[in-house]
Amino acid sequence: MTDTRSTCPYCGVGCGVIIESEGAQITGVRGDPEHPANFGRLCTKGSTLHLTASAAVTMQTRLLQPMQRLQRGSAAASVPWAQALDVAADRFARIIADHGPDAVGFYVSGQLLTEDYYVFNKLAKGLIGTNNLDTNSRLCMSSAVAGYKKTLGSDAPPSCYDDFKDAQCLFIVGSNTAWAHPILFRRIEDARRANPAMKIVVIDPRRTDTCEIADLHLAIQPGTDVMLFHGMLHLMLREGWTQPAYIARHTSGFDALERTVRDCTPDQVAKVCGIEPSALIEATRLFANSPSTLSLYCMGMNQSSSGTAKNAALINLHLATAQIGKPGAGPFSLTGQPNAMGGREVGGMANLLSAHRDLANAGHRAEVAALWGVADVPAAPGKTAIEMFQAAADGEIRALWISCTNPAQSMPDQATVRRALERCEFVVVQEAFATTATCAYADLLLPATTWGEKVGTVTNSERRISRVRPAVPAPGAARHDWSAVADFATRLEARLPRRAPGTLFPYTLDDPAGAQAIWNEHRETTRGRDLDITGLSWALLDTAGPQQWPCPEDQATGPATGPATGRSLGKARLYEDGVFATPDGRARFHNAAYQPVAEARDERFPFSLNTGRLRDQWHGMSRTGTLGRLFGHVPEPLVQMNGQDMARLQLGDGDLVQVSSRRGALVLPVRASTEVGPHQSFIAMHWGEEYLSGQSSSGERIAGVNALTLPVFCPDSKQPELKHAAVRILKAELPWSLLAAAWLPADRLQATREALRALMARFAFASCVPFGAGGALQGGAAERSGVLFRAAAYEAPPAALLMEIEALLGLASDETLRYADVRRGQRRAMRLVRNASNAQEAQLEGFLLAGDTRAEAWIKTLLLDQLPAQSFGRQLLRPGATAPAGVAARGKVVCSCFGVTETAIATTLRSGTGSESERLASLQAGLRCGTNCGSCVPELKRMVRMTASEIASTPVPVAATA
Amino acid sequence: MRVNKQKLVLVGNGMAGVRTLEELLKIDATLYDITVFGAEPHPNYNRIMLSPVLAGEQTLDEIVLNPWSWYEDNHITVHAGRKVVEVDRVKRIVRAVDAQGDVVEAPYDRLLLCTGSSPFMLPVPGKDLAGVIAYRDIADTLTMIDTARTHRHAVVIGGGLLGLEAANGLMLRGMTVTVVHVNAWLMDRQLDRVAGDLLRKSLEERGLKFRLGAHTQELVGNEDGRVKAIRFKDGSEEMADLVVMAVGIRPNVGLAESMRLHCDRGIVVTDTLQTVTDARIYAVGECAAHRGIAYGLVAPLFEQAKVAANHLAEMGYGRYVGSLTSTKLKVTGIDLFSAGDFMGGEGCEEIVMNDPFGGVYKKLVIKDDKLVGACLYGDTVDGSWYFRLLREGLSVAQIRDQLMFGESIPHDAGQPHA
Repeated sequence: MTDTRSTCPYCGVGCGVIIESEGAQITGVRGDPEHPANFGRLCTKGSTLHLTASAAVTMQTRLLQPMQRLQRGSAAASVPWAQALDVAADRFARIIADHGPDAVGFYVSGQLLTEDYYVFNKLAKGLIGTNNLDTNSRLCMSSAVAGYKKTLGSDAPPSCYDDFKDAQCLFIVGSNTAWAHPILFRRIEDARRANPAMKIVVIDPRRTDTCEIADLHLAIQPGTDVMLFHGMLHLMLREGWTQPAYIARHTSGFDALERTVRDCTPDQVAKVCGIEPSALIEATRLFANSPSTLSLYCMGMNQSSSGTAKNAALINLHLATAQIGKPGAGPFSLTGQPNAMGGREVGGMANLLSAHRDLANAGHRAEVAALWGVADVPAAPGKTAIEMFQAAADGEIRALWISCTNPAQSMPDQATVRRALERCEFVVVQEAFATTATCAYADLLLPATTWGEKVGTVTNSERRISRVRPAVPAPGAARHDWSAVADFATRLEARLPRRAPGTLFPYTLDDPAGAQAIWNEHRETTRGRDLDITGLSWALLDTAGPQQWPCPEDQATGPATGPATGRSLGKARLYEDGVFATPDGRARFHNAAYQPVAEARDERFPFSLNTGRLRDQWHGMSRTGTLGRLFGHVPEPLVQMNGQDMARLQLGDGDLVQVSSRRGALVLPVRASTEVGPHQSFIAMHWGEEYLSGQSSSGERIAGVNALTLPVFCPDSKQPELKHAAVRILKAELPWSLLAAAWLPADRLQATREALRALMARFAFASCVPFGAGGALQGGAAERSGVLFRAAAYEAPPAALLMEIEALLGLASDETLRYADVRRGQRRAMRLVRNASNAQEAQLEGFLLAGDTRAEAWIKTLLLDQLPAQSFGRQLLRPGATAPAGVAARGKVVCSCFGVTETAIATTLRSGTGSESERLASLQAGLRCGTNCGSCVPELKRMVRMTASEIASTPVPVAATA
Repeated sequence: MRVNKQKLVLVGNGMAGVRTLEELLKIDATLYDITVFGAEPHPNYNRIMLSPVLAGEQTLDEIVLNPWSWYEDNHITVHAGRKVVEVDRVKRIVRAVDAQGDVVEAPYDRLLLCTGSSPFMLPVPGKDLAGVIAYRDIADTLTMIDTARTHRHAVVIGGGLLGLEAANGLMLRGMTVTVVHVNAWLMDRQLDRVAGDLLRKSLEERGLKFRLGAHTQELVGNEDGRVKAIRFKDGSEEMADLVVMAVGIRPNVGLAESMRLHCDRGIVVTDTLQTVTDARIYAVGECAAHRGIAYGLVAPLFEQAKVAANHLAEMGYGRYVGSLTSTKLKVTGIDLFSAGDFMGGEGCEEIVMNDPFGGVYKKLVIKDDKLVGACLYGDTVDGSWYFRLLREGLSVAQIRDQLMFGESIPHDAGQPHA
């Protein structure tokens, strides 16, 4: 077995992982105990990474050969790399020649490595001469970037993870850290344990699991953050809680802001934000008067039509109270993606240039042109993500190169995005997975390496650069993104007018040395910049471990002598000297008035729709979606609503509702949730058409959650408002329903899901998800997975379609019990399999319920919990929701690591005694839940609080007095 | 006791006729002087229980329905082993002969013809060889039992109800049995293909062999004039020391025709079971054709018997309007039930259930919200319930979703919760 140190490909925490491999096969993963982001810990997603790299998953889901589609809608055929890249170069060259360089666009990803990004940037801006290069970081961090630059002068989170332990007050704003950044949440829990006096305030319209640790939760109305922060500043001024000396010495622009916040009285804030004035005062007191206040924030702030203003308004508070530039204080933006930071460092966005240089700055342009050895770089700002797809939909952009991202899932207003992809003359999709929605629109599919295979570097939320190292060779013909792009670039170079004496891409392709050469070139561009890393090298990163920037040549001690692991060379914290990255060294207060959400609720669309992450899934789920076990926590797509709203609309849990916005509609089940306030709703961002779809009223395939979201973006950051859309929610009258599920062998699971996915658009509503049980952490029990298909329609579909579903799920077998009443649209099939060891016992291997699906309540339990089913016989085919005796549901999985269910936890809790922490401890000791990755601990705490102990609540019998 | 009673003569001492007498006696035992002629030298026995006798599960004594004492107790004159050869409708006299050729005559006021039916023998070469028999009566049953003691190979032609029962009995008596059936699946008059195939599999597991879709060319005899093989149209052969033909029955209408009663498939009768030609003469059972149907099952005969008796007793209000028939196979361990229009067709809807684990298949046929047919294999517990629903013709719209799961399921179990 070989160990390889690398990083986790999921969120921006940037955890270090040790990949275990044997030969060309990844066999395990564990947290890197020496990585300063996680010190050996991993979350549910990270600790199952190796399972997503199994041979079975690779064979069924990965793109392994370049593929060309000669006609849209037809099957793609494999072509050799050279031919594929020549085709791409020909098409791009022709379009550039005919329509100019701005007729092409590159849409890349915060999940690419810095080296990949660098080559893309050089290709677009250096060779082609267009700034039409943007990334999905636009949907993720661009408001944080704009907020930092407008106030502190530089795109640099000033804090570090170590600040958690020094903070006396933690402000968590618009971030469900417990789910989206689990390892950071572990560190927050540690800090709270070490310092019980630490106060934690959570600001979020939703009562998420993160609120479990909070002393105070402000459930503000969506999009009212700026009003809240202005109101806090108003209070600070009123109470004399600001630091006038700091403001005077280190900042500018406070007077204008002061005038703006004058109107933001507590009453006004309470009204707009929907909170109690007392809560506002308490939050303000904590923020201003704590010795150190650290803000952590994420998409709730960024994905907004006033995202920059929100970021800046929060930073205003830190500047006004001098809560910055010291341990445990500062505005700390948590990055969504693993390398959104690295992408910005190389300037991989439509408005940026290398090393945090600005496109709008002629001097910066000249510097970059000089570094690259070209005459100039284009001055006109490129199209940002939303603008790029709008331009493609309008016919302005004619060729798109999409790399490592899935816009047909993740971009808002899918109708426009899909129109763009359809209209575009030539679409290249460079992907590791062949299963993403965007792949269907590609003329050319280029197989990319992915986690465990890639080589390069990434930068995490705290400006820390880690090396990414390959544990196994690339499968099939997959190539590193930088290598394929550089190869394409040299071919394009030959077809375009000469820009430089030699090639702009002199890298050794298909060799790690190429990546290192690119990185070295990038390093040189940072010289003298705020992110100067000239003091670092790959060799140093290998010996000293991951390092934070800036780390200029004179600061680093040069090549390490002797063992230097864990040594910190870069700067942990910025602005400790009060000198900011602005021309005058002063931070600038940003004065922006509160703006409501772009699309307010009204009579026609009376609900707010919020979107966000689930605990155990990542983005479009091309990777996490391959593992049944990661669906234990949230098994199927649903929309959460407040119970009161549901009662008013006469909706019950599990009812299908149609959620519609001005842009599209989608059908899915509804569930009451105490997390969501009145007039609000929530759908997880992961549910794209790969998992949640159906046929729209106009006959098109429904594009998942982003059929609803709106493309309106922040004027400064150009980040779209994915966090708020006005929607209408009505009961969906789809009388015919279908539920089918089956355990499947690993080598057929993914392919089966893909085949079922193709059938989703045949129903008004359909969802298709894997499920799982067992696993390595549960005492070596075999990992088993299956697929669940749910659908609904106005009337029963043709029997042939149901037979197709049955065949895919292995139900077309001699061992299948069946019931069919075609006229009534009723069809039920149950596949029982006798135990190999005991023929008297049998288990349900798969089932289909069509028409009357109420038996789901117990049939699904029989299947998922693998209960003995031999005694039920034909009772399995019975209609109705009433189970024969002996079927007890296990409930949903709370702890994914050990597969501990809600029911088991509640049962244990009822017999426990003692304080809440004692009961939690005995729960963890008894069931092991929450003792591995800890991601479920907030939920366990909530359950401890909510589940009264039976022992405690049982009245003590009073002895009879005779 | 009444004097100058009317005379009732019954021709055919079988189940249909004697049941009619029983029904009549229940209503009025004093109305008639009754005389019975029977060709077989036995009292009335339960013909449909011959299969269990063949299978060795019951004895002949056990299947006698009306012992000689019953006739005596009811003052009925019996002429067993005497075959009626002539009826003079003008003089109203029945004339019979016995084995010795002696003639017996009996006058009648009312005549009840229950001559039953005869097995149909395939008109193939060799059909008259020794060892080629039908399966109809006690004599055939005894022949089969005897043959099983001395011979090895049996072929049953006809995969219907009777043929399978014969085959099963012969197999249980130690013979190697092949069932030859012209259609693609067994019991095609009572079962659909799925059920027929299940039945074949089950019987194969018990040791029976089958030649389906097989056309018999001829029966081959040995030098002793006994059958030794069956030859098919495709030229193949199967060894056969015994050939039992069970390919259907023909109503015995020879006597009626000689009486110039109108016959068409059977003796044509009215809703009171009187012949359309002569109102004094009744026909009940397999020999009668009512509304174009000659029934070959026991349940319709009993229903006819009731109506005929009612009319004979001068009650006059009974009407026979036809029967819905149902079938059960009397092979121990195999439960099947078939009733009504089990094949469905135009305007029919089917509800189907299949349980390969339990070896159960059920099909219900519904037309205009009424149950019109049922075919059950492996679990026939609900057969009588379905048959009741079928006969009563009530709407099953409200219980349709539970119908398949039997009467025991509360009917509200499947209704949506309010």
